[in-house]
Amino acid sequence: MNTDSVTFIFFNSVLANNFVLAMFLGLCPFLGVSGKLNTAVPMGLATTFVMLVSSICAYFLNELLVAFNIEYLRLISYIVVIASSVQLVEMAMKKLSPALFRALGIFLPLITTNCAVLGVALFQTSREYDFVQSVAFAGGAGTGFILALVLMAGLRERLALAKVPSVTQGAALSLMIGALLSMAFMGFAGLGAE
Amino acid sequence: MSLIKQDDTITVDTFMEGIWRENPVFVMMLGMCPTLAVTTSAINALGMGAATTFVLIASSLLVSLFRNLIPAGVRIATYIVIIATFVTLVDYIMQAYSQALYAAMGAFIQLIVVNCIILGRAEACASRNKPLKSMVNAAGMGLGFTLALLCLGGVREILGNGSLFGLPLFGEHFQPWVIMVLPAGGFLVLAGWLILFEWLKLRKQGRSQQVGGAVHEH
Repeated sequence: MNTDSVTFIFFNSVLANNFVLAMFLGLCPFLGVSGKLNTAVPMGLATTFVMLVSSICAYFLNELLVAFNIEYLRLISYIVVIASSVQLVEMAMKKLSPALFRALGIFLPLITTNCAVLGVALFQTSREYDFVQSVAFAGGAGTGFILALVLMAGLRERLALAKVPSVTQGAALSLMIGALLSMAFMGFAGLGAE
Repeated sequence: MSLIKQDDTITVDTFMEGIWRENPVFVMMLGMCPTLAVTTSAINALGMGAATTFVLIASSLLVSLFRNLIPAGVRIATYIVIIATFVTLVDYIMQAYSQALYAAMGAFIQLIVVNCIILGRAEACASRNKPLKSMVNAAGMGLGFTLALLCLGGVREILGNGSLFGLPLFGEHFQPWVIMVLPAGGFLVLAGWLILFEWLKLRKQGRSQQVGGAVHEH
């Protein structure tokens, strides 16, 4: 299989190398806002949007940095781009859906410190993707993030009704669900080209 | 904020709270991504812990020194830029001295920028305390983080690879439990540690309740 093709990059980052379950990026929102389905979906969409915007910006920014031979500023400039696109999403959401804005609360500004977003920008640079590949990669990473968040939220909504031993309540239980999901996603890695 | 009298005394607790009572990984559940991603072996855990501790202490010092100059409106952005500067430093130093360690951790060195522990310390401690106190606190947090990483990395390396710090423990016939060094193992081991701590806490509570009840009956 051609590993540079756009479809391969997209599906690879959704399934086999899922950002949350295989690469451990973006775990804070994964464990934090995955309690309910109706906050998990908008959170995932907002993160995906930020990923796409910052991925596009990061691509052109990197061209600029390479042109001027100042690659050591990469990290600082990426994080500034991400912080500004988060600000953009925050303002848009406040205007369009105040209820949702309140429901997401602190987790919205925290997209800035979501490692998945910076991860997309850094990986696309280190793997030297071209523009279309970068966008496919960011879209795939975002879709994978939504997928993981929705699966987790669905499971946790069911588990809220289940009786579990008191020692495993809370974070430990979420982590064990994460482990099972992660094992399930390992199955996809077997399908991909090595 | 100037109305609140600053407490400048550095106590043992300033240092110890990060290690035990407010351990960033086991209690506050911060910095989960590097915690789970790089702890496939004890040596990686140690490298990650050391790098994070350095960034934590250095950025705490700088934030604390400039705490009265940074305008409140742009403080988060300022902290992030300060942190990013130190992370770039660590990134280049590690690349220069240990290529093997750098390769093992990949992008996670650069991702220290978005480690919530560091931003959390800058916001909660360094921005309102004197430099020395914030540095002591940051050192405690960093050490707590490193210890937690070692707990995870040690268990995962022993079970998943049959070794500790690269030294084989069980001889040739050990069948490694490969899942432990794979992503799923990271989740499982952390869940295991959390269950252990919760169990200890509940047992302690149960005991004190039993003692209290016994006293009450008499």
